[in-house]
Amino acid sequence: MLNEQLKLNQKIFDKDVEMKPTRDGYGEGLVILGEENQNVVVLSADLTESTRAEGFAKKFPERFFEIGVAEQNMATIAAGLGISGKIPFISSYAVFSPGRNYEQIRTTIAYNDSNVKIAGAHAGISVGPDGATHQATEDMAIMRVIPNMKVICPCDSIETRKAIIAAGKMWGPVYVRFGREKSPIITTNETPFIPGKAEILWNPPIDGKKADVAIIGCGMLLYNALIAAKELEKENIGTVVINSHTLKPLDEKTILATVDKTKAVVTVEEHQVAGGLGSAIAELLAKKLPAPIEFIGMQNTFGESGKPNELIQKYSMDVESIKNAVRKVLKRKR
Amino acid sequence: MSELHDKKIEYLEVTANRIRELIIDTLLEAGSGHSAGPLGMADIFTALYFHVLNHNPKKPQWLDRDRVVLSNGHICPVQYVTLALAGYFPVEELKTLRKLNTRLQGHPHRGALPGVETTSGPLGSGLSQAIGMALAAKLDKKKYRIYCIASDGEHDEGNFWEAVMFAGKNKLNNLTLIVDRNNIQIDGYTEDIMPLEPFREKYEAFRWNVLTIDGHNIRDFVDAINEAKAIYEKPTVVIAHTIPGKGVSFMEGDYVWHGKPPNKEEAKKALSELRTLGRRIESEHQ
Ligand SMILES: Cc1ncc(C[n+]2csc(CCOP(=O)(O)OP(=O)(O)O)c2C)c(N)n1
Ligand SMILES: [Mg+2]
Repeated sequence: MLNEQLKLNQKIFDKDVEMKPTRDGYGEGLVILGEENQNVVVLSADLTESTRAEGFAKKFPERFFEIGVAEQNMATIAAGLGISGKIPFISSYAVFSPGRNYEQIRTTIAYNDSNVKIAGAHAGISVGPDGATHQATEDMAIMRVIPNMKVICPCDSIETRKAIIAAGKMWGPVYVRFGREKSPIITTNETPFIPGKAEILWNPPIDGKKADVAIIGCGMLLYNALIAAKELEKENIGTVVINSHTLKPLDEKTILATVDKTKAVVTVEEHQVAGGLGSAIAELLAKKLPAPIEFIGMQNTFGESGKPNELIQKYSMDVESIKNAVRKVLKRKR
Repeated sequence: MSELHDKKIEYLEVTANRIRELIIDTLLEAGSGHSAGPLGMADIFTALYFHVLNHNPKKPQWLDRDRVVLSNGHICPVQYVTLALAGYFPVEELKTLRKLNTRLQGHPHRGALPGVETTSGPLGSGLSQAIGMALAAKLDKKKYRIYCIASDGEHDEGNFWEAVMFAGKNKLNNLTLIVDRNNIQIDGYTEDIMPLEPFREKYEAFRWNVLTIDGHNIRDFVDAINEAKAIYEKPTVVIAHTIPGKGVSFMEGDYVWHGKPPNKEEAKKALSELRTLGRRIESEHQ
């Protein structure tokens, strides 16, 4: 059942659950930060409306910089701003930023420890008809491996807003990724959000059923994970669903405490299974608490054009695939 | 390239207008995609595939074919429609644009569709790939030419100018760059977002032969391509001034049409305007 302490959206399992693109939360978060802190500045690479940087641009035109289609220039200009006391947010699609400008981010932002926040929109294959060129499925991997960089992948637009505000208030380079499509609202304004602190969204019922499998995910696919958890309960399979929105630093404590009970894990992310959240969990467990893991995500392939839900299904990130992964990992449990 | 007599020009203009109609049909069916760029480049794509190129639609892998590198991949609807009409694949298949399991990916993908030479969509990296092909042709002592099509907006990318510099230095005369100078990008007009002017002078400073044309005048375009072939000491850039959304009054010149398709109503209006334009073309050639 849903963790009551988190005050999650009570209508989450309704057919007409509210839907909103996570990128909307970026726009809202920027405006709030901009009002609070004069040092917040926003840069955009000719994608101001679709990344939702537009609200900030209209409200604070003197603190908004249009860079043109030049993501490498954007990252390096931001590095200079960050070194000079500003808090720059750089906005583009994740394939281009942090994709195209990887080395600029590595050296001039992360190695410099410049206070830059990277906002990667249109991440994952749910980008849909634009096709593989525009679907970032490696972005978290390339950011996660850079020293000094923090990585956050929020699950809905409300959490994105909180993540952006938190990123603006913490020191140093942060990468926040979000999606293009409308996705179900999972949290509420009251749900706690602390970077680096994973939240248990779902527990097996207290009536004696044990926690058989931990489903650890991030991003909008957590909705599918929750549906899967609910349906699996009917099969007498108890799961714990963890929102590990921060991939780095990973909340080792919460994850280890849960896996200590379940002894089996399914990871869920709209990203290559190599290098992302699943890998981060595998690294942790291999070191401290070895357990069988099944990985939901892109299996070393590029995406393609199609409707978001068609693609989620074709690339086995739908509810059924998560349920199958849970059943599979259960069998691997000793 | 055969002679460009009046009858041929009429045929090309009529074909270009047919391509515009099919772009509207295709985008309406797809439900997403880019309108302005594709409509603006229909005349040039027609002239390329139906007159300029040394190619064989039945043998897309023919080693001696001229190469077309589409750098600004988002305008692929115009390339797809042109390829279909030229015989690379069935016109019927245009209906599958952007749909699951299609060969017509939202942005062109090499190997997915005959006639697509390289994957593109992420801007600013087409010219470098065209340069790679031009270098390979020279190493192999091949006569084929490389035509790279790029947008004005993608000149914001540093990678683009790295390529411009390299081609100038290396006198790549088998390479012709065609720039869709339509003055728009996503966030607005190019001269507001990131001014490119003086544009011609930039290329000249980078040691290119520069030709400026009206991108809707097929004869001017073909003349420019012929001149490019005759220049031995430099690569040539044809700066083609085009009207984004050409032929559809409510799309012409407006950057909001960069990345959206027409809805049913808009498509109906667009098609009726294009049919009128088609009749005008025919009567002008009477
Ligand atoms: C590297 C990269 N950054 C951003 C984008 C997003 N994008 C797609 S088209 C475009 C506008 C470019 O202007 P232009 O190509 O001149 O557009 P058009 O004239 O066809 O409307 C942008 C920024 C992209 N495709 N690639
Ligand atoms: Mg343009």
